Amino acid sequence: METTIYTKGSWLIVRLKGELDVATVPAARAKVEQALQRQTITGLLVDLTNVMFMDSSGLGFLLGRYRRLVENKGTMIVVGAQGQVRRVLELSGLTRIIPQKPTLAEAMVVMGEGK
Amino acid sequence: MVNNTMYLEFPSKPENVSFARTAVAAFVSQLDPTMPELADISTAVSEGVTNAVVHAYPGSEGPVAITVYLTDQQVSIEIKDEGCGIADVNKVRRFGITSCGQERMGIGLSLIEACVDDVRIESREGQGTCLFLRKRLGEQGGSLAND
Repeated sequence: METTIYTKGSWLIVRLKGELDVATVPAARAKVEQALQRQTITGLLVDLTNVMFMDSSGLGFLLGRYRRLVENKGTMIVVGAQGQVRRVLELSGLTRIIPQKPTLAEAMVVMGEGK
Repeated sequence: MVNNTMYLEFPSKPENVSFARTAVAAFVSQLDPTMPELADISTAVSEGVTNAVVHAYPGSEGPVAITVYLTDQQVSIEIKDEGCGIADVNKVRRFGITSCGQERMGIGLSLIEACVDDVRIESREGQGTCLFLRKRLGEQGGSLAND
Protein backbone atom coordinates (compact mmCIF):
# COMPACT_ATOMS: atom_id res chain seq x y z
CA MET A 1 0.00 0.00 0.00
CA GLU A 2 1.34 3.39 -1.01
CA THR A 3 0.05 6.47 0.79
CA THR A 4 0.76 9.86 -0.76
CA ILE A 5 -0.29 12.92 1.22
CA TYR A 6 -0.25 16.58 0.33
CA THR A 7 -2.19 19.71 1.17
CA LYS A 8 -4.19 22.07 -0.99
CA GLY A 9 -5.28 25.10 0.99
CA SER A 10 -7.05 23.82 4.07
CA TRP A 11 -7.57 20.37 2.50
CA LEU A 12 -5.53 17.27 3.06
CA ILE A 13 -5.34 15.10 -0.07
CA VAL A 14 -4.64 11.40 0.52
CA ARG A 15 -3.91 9.19 -2.47
CA LEU A 16 -3.92 5.47 -1.74
CA LYS A 17 -2.54 2.80 -4.04
CA GLY A 18 -2.85 -0.93 -3.51
CA GLU A 19 -5.20 -2.91 -1.25
CA LEU A 20 -6.88 -1.76 1.96
CA ASP A 21 -7.23 -4.59 4.46
CA VAL A 22 -6.32 -5.52 8.04
CA ALA A 23 -2.62 -5.69 7.14
CA THR A 24 -2.31 -2.36 5.32
CA VAL A 25 -4.78 -0.09 7.12
CA PRO A 26 -2.67 0.54 10.28
CA ALA A 27 0.18 2.22 8.35
CA ALA A 28 -2.19 4.30 6.22
CA ARG A 29 -4.13 5.34 9.30
CA ALA A 30 -0.97 6.40 11.14
CA LYS A 31 0.21 8.56 8.22
CA VAL A 32 -3.15 10.25 7.76
CA GLU A 33 -3.64 10.82 11.48
CA GLN A 34 -0.21 12.44 11.73
CA ALA A 35 -1.04 14.75 8.82
CA LEU A 36 -4.43 15.64 10.31
CA GLN A 37 -2.71 17.00 13.43
CA ARG A 38 -2.23 20.27 11.56
CA GLN A 39 -4.77 22.70 12.95
CA THR A 40 -5.28 24.34 9.57
CA ILE A 41 -6.78 21.22 7.99
CA THR A 42 -10.56 21.36 7.71
CA GLY A 43 -11.14 18.99 4.80
CA LEU A 44 -9.99 15.50 3.84
CA LEU A 45 -10.09 14.06 0.34
CA VAL A 46 -9.31 10.35 0.04
CA ASP A 47 -8.53 9.28 -3.52
CA LEU A 48 -9.31 5.57 -4.03
CA THR A 49 -8.74 5.58 -7.81
CA ASN A 50 -5.78 3.22 -7.48
CA VAL A 51 -7.16 1.05 -4.69
CA MET A 52 -7.90 -2.33 -6.24
CA PHE A 53 -9.39 -4.05 -3.18
CA MET A 54 -10.98 -2.96 0.08
CA ASP A 55 -12.76 -4.87 2.85
CA SER A 56 -14.35 -3.82 6.15
CA SER A 57 -10.94 -2.87 7.55
CA GLY A 58 -10.76 -0.17 4.88
CA LEU A 59 -14.35 0.85 5.59
CA GLY A 60 -13.43 1.27 9.26
CA PHE A 61 -10.46 3.42 8.26
CA LEU A 62 -12.66 5.72 6.17
CA LEU A 63 -15.43 5.94 8.77
CA GLY A 64 -12.92 6.68 11.52
CA ARG A 65 -11.43 9.59 9.58
CA TYR A 66 -14.92 10.86 8.67
CA ARG A 67 -15.98 10.89 12.33
CA ARG A 68 -12.82 12.74 13.27
CA LEU A 69 -13.41 15.41 10.62
CA VAL A 70 -17.09 15.83 11.46
CA GLU A 71 -16.36 16.15 15.19
CA ASN A 72 -14.08 19.06 14.31
CA LYS A 73 -16.66 20.58 11.97
CA GLY A 74 -14.65 19.53 8.95
CA THR A 75 -15.66 17.71 5.81
CA MET A 76 -14.52 14.66 3.84
CA ILE A 77 -14.85 13.43 0.27
CA VAL A 78 -14.03 10.03 -1.22
CA VAL A 79 -12.98 10.02 -4.87
CA GLY A 80 -12.54 7.42 -7.59
CA ALA A 81 -14.05 4.29 -6.01
CA GLN A 82 -14.73 1.69 -8.66
CA GLY A 83 -15.30 -2.04 -9.12
CA GLN A 84 -15.01 -4.08 -5.92
CA VAL A 85 -14.18 -0.98 -3.86
CA ARG A 86 -17.34 0.81 -4.95
CA ARG A 87 -19.47 -2.29 -4.36
CA VAL A 88 -18.18 -2.66 -0.78
CA LEU A 89 -18.80 1.04 -0.11
CA GLU A 90 -22.36 0.68 -1.39
CA LEU A 91 -23.09 -2.57 0.47
CA SER A 92 -21.89 -1.01 3.72
CA GLY A 93 -24.03 2.08 3.32
CA LEU A 94 -20.99 4.33 3.58
CA THR A 95 -21.88 6.00 0.27
CA ARG A 96 -24.90 7.47 2.06
CA ILE A 97 -22.70 8.93 4.82
CA ILE A 98 -19.48 10.10 3.18
CA PRO A 99 -19.82 12.24 0.03
CA GLN A 100 -18.48 10.49 -3.08
CA LYS A 101 -17.19 11.98 -6.30
CA PRO A 102 -16.18 9.95 -9.35
CA THR A 103 -13.21 12.14 -10.25
CA LEU A 104 -10.74 14.45 -8.60
CA ALA A 105 -11.88 17.27 -10.89
CA GLU A 106 -15.44 17.01 -9.59
CA ALA A 107 -14.19 16.88 -6.01
CA MET A 108 -12.18 20.05 -6.62
CA VAL A 109 -15.43 21.93 -7.19
CA VAL A 110 -16.68 20.90 -3.75
CA MET A 111 -13.29 21.74 -2.24
CA GLY A 112 -13.47 25.23 -3.72
CA GLU A 113 -16.88 25.73 -2.12
CA GLY A 114 -15.53 24.54 1.21
CA LYS A 115 -12.79 27.16 1.46
CA MET B 1 -19.91 -34.38 -7.34
CA VAL B 2 -16.73 -32.51 -6.44
CA ASN B 3 -14.67 -31.56 -9.48
CA ASN B 4 -11.71 -30.09 -7.66
CA THR B 5 -10.54 -29.32 -4.12
CA MET B 6 -7.92 -27.10 -2.51
CA TYR B 7 -6.63 -26.99 1.05
CA LEU B 8 -4.60 -24.14 2.48
CA GLU B 9 -3.29 -23.58 6.00
CA PHE B 10 -1.38 -20.61 7.38
CA PRO B 11 -0.79 -18.71 10.66
CA SER B 12 -3.31 -16.05 11.65
CA LYS B 13 -1.11 -13.15 10.56
CA PRO B 14 -2.68 -10.03 8.98
CA GLU B 15 -0.23 -10.36 6.08
CA ASN B 16 -1.82 -13.68 5.13
CA VAL B 17 -5.29 -12.22 4.51
CA SER B 18 -4.24 -10.93 1.09
CA PHE B 19 -2.53 -14.24 0.31
CA ALA B 20 -5.66 -16.19 1.25
CA ARG B 21 -8.11 -14.22 -0.90
CA THR B 22 -5.70 -14.16 -3.85
CA ALA B 23 -5.07 -17.91 -3.64
CA VAL B 24 -8.77 -18.74 -3.43
CA ALA B 25 -9.60 -16.40 -6.32
CA ALA B 26 -6.87 -18.01 -8.45
CA PHE B 27 -8.23 -21.48 -7.70
CA VAL B 28 -11.85 -20.46 -8.40
CA SER B 29 -10.81 -18.93 -11.73
CA GLN B 30 -10.82 -22.39 -13.34
CA LEU B 31 -14.65 -22.23 -13.24
CA ASP B 32 -14.43 -19.11 -15.40
CA PRO B 33 -16.41 -16.81 -13.06
CA THR B 34 -17.26 -13.23 -14.00
CA MET B 35 -15.13 -10.46 -12.51
CA PRO B 36 -17.96 -9.41 -10.15
CA GLU B 37 -18.35 -13.00 -8.94
CA LEU B 38 -14.61 -13.26 -8.34
CA ALA B 39 -14.60 -9.91 -6.53
CA ASP B 40 -17.43 -11.06 -4.26
CA ILE B 41 -15.60 -14.30 -3.44
CA SER B 42 -12.41 -12.34 -2.68
CA THR B 43 -14.37 -10.00 -0.39
CA ALA B 44 -16.03 -12.87 1.47
CA VAL B 45 -12.74 -14.74 1.97
CA SER B 46 -10.99 -11.57 3.10
CA GLU B 47 -13.68 -10.91 5.70
CA GLY B 48 -13.76 -14.51 6.91
CA VAL B 49 -9.99 -14.76 7.30
CA THR B 50 -9.82 -11.30 8.90
CA ASN B 51 -12.33 -12.46 11.51
CA ALA B 52 -10.07 -15.40 12.33
CA VAL B 53 -6.96 -13.19 12.43
CA VAL B 54 -8.54 -10.51 14.62
CA HIS B 55 -10.84 -12.50 16.91
CA ALA B 56 -9.85 -16.19 17.09
CA TYR B 57 -6.54 -15.94 18.94
CA PRO B 58 -6.57 -12.86 21.22
CA GLY B 59 -3.00 -11.79 21.87
CA SER B 60 -1.49 -14.73 20.04
CA GLU B 61 -1.45 -16.63 16.74
CA GLY B 62 -2.85 -19.94 15.58
CA PRO B 63 -3.67 -21.87 12.45
CA VAL B 64 -6.28 -20.83 9.89
CA ALA B 65 -7.31 -23.43 7.31
CA ILE B 66 -9.25 -22.91 4.11
CA THR B 67 -10.79 -25.68 2.04
CA VAL B 68 -12.36 -24.87 -1.32
CA TYR B 69 -14.61 -27.29 -3.22
CA LEU B 70 -15.48 -26.60 -6.84
CA THR B 71 -18.40 -28.28 -8.55
CA ASP B 72 -19.87 -27.46 -11.94
CA GLN B 73 -21.08 -23.95 -11.17
CA GLN B 74 -20.72 -23.76 -7.42
CA VAL B 75 -17.96 -22.72 -5.02
CA SER B 76 -17.99 -23.96 -1.42
CA ILE B 77 -15.45 -22.51 1.00
CA GLU B 78 -14.68 -23.48 4.60
CA ILE B 79 -12.59 -21.12 6.75
CA LYS B 80 -11.62 -22.80 9.98
CA ASP B 81 -9.67 -21.74 13.06
CA GLU B 82 -8.86 -23.47 16.33
CA GLY B 83 -9.24 -20.36 18.44
CA CYS B 84 -11.45 -19.12 21.26
CA GLY B 85 -14.74 -19.75 19.49
CA ILE B 86 -17.94 -17.71 19.60
CA ALA B 87 -20.25 -17.88 22.60
CA ASP B 88 -23.32 -16.60 20.76
CA VAL B 89 -23.25 -17.02 16.97
CA ASN B 90 -26.65 -15.34 16.53
CA LYS B 91 -25.34 -12.24 18.29
CA VAL B 92 -22.35 -11.81 15.97
CA ARG B 93 -24.59 -12.25 12.93
CA ARG B 94 -26.43 -9.07 13.81
CA PHE B 95 -25.31 -6.00 11.87
CA GLY B 96 -22.93 -3.79 13.77
CA ILE B 97 -21.88 -6.21 16.45
CA THR B 98 -18.15 -6.46 17.05
CA SER B 99 -16.17 -7.80 19.98
CA CYS B 100 -13.12 -5.77 19.06
CA GLY B 101 -12.36 -2.33 20.42
CA GLN B 102 -10.30 -1.35 17.40
CA GLU B 103 -11.53 0.96 14.66
CA ARG B 104 -13.70 -1.62 12.92
CA MET B 105 -17.20 -1.31 11.54
CA GLY B 106 -18.37 -4.71 12.71
CA ILE B 107 -20.04 -5.44 9.39
CA GLY B 108 -17.71 -8.15 8.12
CA LEU B 109 -20.34 -10.87 8.39
CA SER B 110 -22.97 -8.69 6.73
CA LEU B 111 -20.60 -8.12 3.82
CA ILE B 112 -20.01 -11.86 3.53
CA GLU B 113 -23.77 -12.49 3.47
CA ALA B 114 -24.15 -9.91 0.68
CA CYS B 115 -21.38 -11.48 -1.40
CA VAL B 116 -22.28 -15.19 -1.27
CA ASP B 117 -25.51 -17.21 -1.42
CA ASP B 118 -25.26 -19.17 1.83
CA VAL B 119 -23.39 -18.56 5.08
CA ARG B 120 -23.25 -20.96 8.01
CA ILE B 121 -21.20 -20.69 11.20
CA GLU B 122 -20.29 -23.54 13.52
CA SER B 123 -18.46 -22.58 16.68
CA ARG B 124 -17.67 -23.90 20.12
CA GLU B 125 -16.11 -21.84 22.86
CA GLY B 126 -12.49 -22.80 23.34
CA GLN B 127 -12.47 -25.09 20.30
CA GLY B 128 -12.69 -22.77 17.31
CA THR B 129 -14.96 -21.61 14.55
CA CYS B 130 -15.74 -22.81 11.04
CA LEU B 131 -17.34 -20.52 8.50
CA PHE B 132 -19.08 -22.25 5.58
CA LEU B 133 -19.68 -20.20 2.44
CA ARG B 134 -21.42 -21.22 -0.76
CA LYS B 135 -21.74 -19.26 -3.97
CA ARG B 136 -23.41 -20.35 -7.16
CA LEU B 137 -21.85 -18.90 -10.29
CA GLY B 138 -23.79 -17.55 -13.25
CA GLU B 139 -26.43 -15.79 -11.14
CA GLN B 140 -24.69 -12.45 -10.52
CA GLY B 141 -27.07 -9.57 -10.06
CA GLY B 142 -24.92 -7.12 -8.09
CA SER B 143 -24.09 -3.58 -9.08
CA LEU B 144 -20.70 -4.63 -10.37
CA ALA B 145 -22.38 -6.65 -13.08
CA ASN B 146 -23.09 -3.47 -14.97
CA ASP B 147 -19.59 -2.00 -14.70
